[in-house]
Amino acid sequence: MMRKRSLGAISGLALMLAAPSAWAETIRVTIEKLVFSPAEISAAVGDVIEWDNKDVMAHTATAKGDFDVVIPPKKMATLTVTKAGTFDYTCRFHPNMKARLQVR
Amino acid sequence: MYARFTSALAVACLIGGATHAADTKVTDPQIAHIAYTAGVIDIEAAKQALKISKDKEVIGFANDMLRDHEAVNKQALDLVKKLKVTPEDNDTSRALTKAATQEREKLAKLSGADFDKAYVANEVAYHKQVNGALETLLIPSAKNAELKDLLETGLKLFQGHQQHAEHVAGMMK
Repeated sequence: MMRKRSLGAISGLALMLAAPSAWAETIRVTIEKLVFSPAEISAAVGDVIEWDNKDVMAHTATAKGDFDVVIPPKKMATLTVTKAGTFDYTCRFHPNMKARLQVR
Repeated sequence: MYARFTSALAVACLIGGATHAADTKVTDPQIAHIAYTAGVIDIEAAKQALKISKDKEVIGFANDMLRDHEAVNKQALDLVKKLKVTPEDNDTSRALTKAATQEREKLAKLSGADFDKAYVANEVAYHKQVNGALETLLIPSAKNAELKDLLETGLKLFQGHQQHAEHVAGMMK
């Protein structure tokens, strides 16, 4: 009986730990005509950022030292957010493309 | 002295296509030709760099130029086909091609870091020049909305390439 209860407590704990990913959101950023839209997004740790590249050329979402996601033409690419902070990112190929990711 | 200055200015205006934008009549078929030619020139420059350069940054940059300009020129060809516009050769296209041929001949004599520096410096200058032409002549003159739209995207792309080239140039100093 004791053993069973403690097992239940453990699985309950596991469920709580797993819970945030069940609530994780996917936030989409569209890239069209060399513009990230929306230019500023807010996310929580565990959320997924999805870049949808509508252009005929490849782009990247790059925050030096933090992330570097290549988004091929007419394709999508994702990033799972792992750390809080403010990340100003650009496209490595076209440095005039600028956007911001706020992670809480 | 004065004559030399004015002729240099005239050439600059012709190539830049900028100063006399207001009184220069340029049609959509000519604009399409100029824009396409500008892309071809940068593709040729990139191919030359890929043949000569050994520098990782320069090779990376040249590959980016090749990929982007081929993609955009394909988009431009699809558009002119859709609009049933036949690109028309013109003085600006010819002047651009002539200047680019001379530049490639000049660069062909260089190698190593000399080539890399000259190629990247020319990429900065060339994109700046095309941006000027797009902003002051090609975009304001374009009649067709879809063509104008493609040119506006082209301007953002060329501005991006200019910044990218400036970044590469900065790293070589």
